[in-house]
Amino acid sequence: MTTAADTVAAGDLGPLTTGDGTPLKTALARATRRARLKALFLVAPLLLFVIVTFAVPIGQMLYLSIYNPVFSDNMPRLSSWLRDHDVAQVPGEDAFKALVLDLTEARANRTHAQVGTRINYERTGATSLFKSTARKIKRIKGPPYKDQLLALNEEWGDLHLWTVMARAASPHTAAFYAQALDLSYDAEGDIVRAPENRRIYGHLFLRTLFLSALIAGLCLILGYPAAHLLASLPLKYSNLLMVLVLLPFWTSLLVRTTSWITLLQSQGVLNDMLVSLGVLGDDGRLQLMYNQWGTVIAMTHIMLPFMILPLYSVMKTVPKDFVRAARSLGAGPVTAFLRVYLPQTVPGIGAGVLLVFIISVGYYITPALVGGSSGQLISNQIAFHMLQSLNWGLAAALGALLLGGVILLYWLYDRLVGVDNMKLG
Amino acid sequence: MTAMKPIAAAALAAGLMLSGVPANAGEITVVSWGGAYTKSQVEAYHKPWMAKTGHKIKSVDAPNPAAPIKAQVKAGNVSIDVADVEYSDAVRYCDEGLLETIDPAVLPPAPDGTPATEDFIEGALTDCAVANIVWSTVFAYDAAKFKGAEPKTIADLFDVKKFPGKRGLRKGAKPNLEMALMADGVPAADVYKMLTTDAGVARAFKKLDTIKKHVVWWEAGAQPPQLLADGEVSMTTAYNGRIFNAAIGEDKPFKIVWDGQVLDFDLFVIPKGAPNKDLALEFIKFATDTQRLADQAKYIAYGPARKSSGKLVGLYQDGKTPMAPHMPTAEANMGNALVNNFEFWADRDSELNERFNAWISSN
Repeated sequence: MTTAADTVAAGDLGPLTTGDGTPLKTALARATRRARLKALFLVAPLLLFVIVTFAVPIGQMLYLSIYNPVFSDNMPRLSSWLRDHDVAQVPGEDAFKALVLDLTEARANRTHAQVGTRINYERTGATSLFKSTARKIKRIKGPPYKDQLLALNEEWGDLHLWTVMARAASPHTAAFYAQALDLSYDAEGDIVRAPENRRIYGHLFLRTLFLSALIAGLCLILGYPAAHLLASLPLKYSNLLMVLVLLPFWTSLLVRTTSWITLLQSQGVLNDMLVSLGVLGDDGRLQLMYNQWGTVIAMTHIMLPFMILPLYSVMKTVPKDFVRAARSLGAGPVTAFLRVYLPQTVPGIGAGVLLVFIISVGYYITPALVGGSSGQLISNQIAFHMLQSLNWGLAAALGALLLGGVILLYWLYDRLVGVDNMKLG
Repeated sequence: MTAMKPIAAAALAAGLMLSGVPANAGEITVVSWGGAYTKSQVEAYHKPWMAKTGHKIKSVDAPNPAAPIKAQVKAGNVSIDVADVEYSDAVRYCDEGLLETIDPAVLPPAPDGTPATEDFIEGALTDCAVANIVWSTVFAYDAAKFKGAEPKTIADLFDVKKFPGKRGLRKGAKPNLEMALMADGVPAADVYKMLTTDAGVARAFKKLDTIKKHVVWWEAGAQPPQLLADGEVSMTTAYNGRIFNAAIGEDKPFKIVWDGQVLDFDLFVIPKGAPNKDLALEFIKFATDTQRLADQAKYIAYGPARKSSGKLVGLYQDGKTPMAPHMPTAEANMGNALVNNFEFWADRDSELNERFNAWISSN
């Protein structure tokens, strides 16, 4: 209830001000702005570092998946002709004239092989077609270009080649994404599923997701009791045990992976032990690595600390009294665990599972070393295209799909569990 | 200020004289394949060159030295001066303008005066590359593993009934497809003709299917001798020099089967924009002269790329093993040999590797 006296008093004082007469509102805004600027100033070095060394290169890399100007830059006349015309059949003299002039120039600039390689991504044999034609291009003095070029190599009269070139004429292309999704263009330029013996990525994406989920699940099963033990033991014991968790965490990844090779290979420690104990015959040695098993076993071990540490930090904060209270009120151990303890550790489970899963999805070294052929993940294919085949466009497209998938899963997780519920430590 | 310059220059010169470093001492970075192979190059090329010129060499290993070249040249930040690469990569990169051209006329002639262009084995010189060795992919086995009959032909590599045990194969289409066809009875001369047809490729994969479940895939050259030594495989394809080094150098009971070997060159290239281009060329000239190529054969069983070096190839570094019979190009080893067709691979590399990757990842 407002009394008359209150109203009068407020009217007398006017708006609240600070000592020097600035309105309080303005002063407050100024102070928050200053604090915000200070905070920005503090994180600025990191922000700059992240932008320069992380965001920009990744952005550029991803851009490579849709942008490939090799053909349009080095074959300008033909590209512009192809952009203006619809290629439904092998074109006539105009296009061949542009082709011959461009190829002559590309030959002089030593770019003809790059152009051939770009076309070769989608049509086998283009590299040598461009190279051999460029070698002999000087023989073509004047029109008619089409007849002379076809005389040099009749492959130039192939419609599929022309539809591929027509797509390459635009520097922006969806071809790499099509390939990354196991699709390909047929001779008429329509998108179809790739022939069965060329399909690989869809299958690998699924395997990557499946194995990552499996590894996250195994880590949870193994890590949950361990984290609980760590959190409930007196400090002097738990610290000792914590070292056992941290020591492998600090050991070089390569060392850990190669020790798994020593342990798991068919002439390795584990098999030798089983054979000498008489569990296995010498012919029946288990194949524990160079297959999916190798990847799952070694990666579960490598990922364990990423599960235990967030779980531990959450369990540490769960008061023991709650479970005791539940027990004293008559709950059995299982009920007390499921209804009182487990819900309180969900943020740790969420953080651990998500962390292990996301790291596993992009994992590369361990599957490469112990995965054999059935334990390869999508990242091994990305590495292959980065380092061996040098098809960076395809590598970028695969990387972008992987990134998209992880973001999608993160969004789903946020909708279902809530990211606010996640606790890393 | 102008008076300062001569003084500073004199002081600098005096400093250099006192330190005993030649005024033009430089450093180049040479990238090669690692293991016993890099070691042979260090002994035969790097050390004598450093002793002779006073320059330094930074030796770097890579699973495939060609791989970083493209990235470095495209990024405009080249740190490699010389790289040792395979034929198909040398040709492909040269065509794509990623390498400096090397005029074969500047290479030193043979001791008898034969110009380099005639002294090198045919095909060993290309626009951008100078070959140093002829190597081959062979298959080898652990003799201790086979009590009775021992593998003799390339077909035995694919015969798990007669010769049980795991097989080591290089993870990639090359040269497994060639070897599969030869094992299936295709004469070496017809292999590449066959592989240009769909039926031929299908036939090669069908042959590979027969041992797929028994294969351990390797990627780096040092792996196959290790797999053999660990007993992880009973036979493996390998670079012949690595097996030689394990067998003769480390006394392992490994034996090479030369039948169905696939020959290839390794070549020196200079990436476009190499920081020490001139020194790099000096090094290549030195390393590929007659004596140096013959010297390398002292440390590893790869054949020199010069004809004149052949006569100088002597004993292994142990001082008792004659090297000549261990060379892939030795008469007795060339019975059923295939020379890698780099033009074939320049064209079909991406298609066949894609198919290979699809094949390998399907169960």
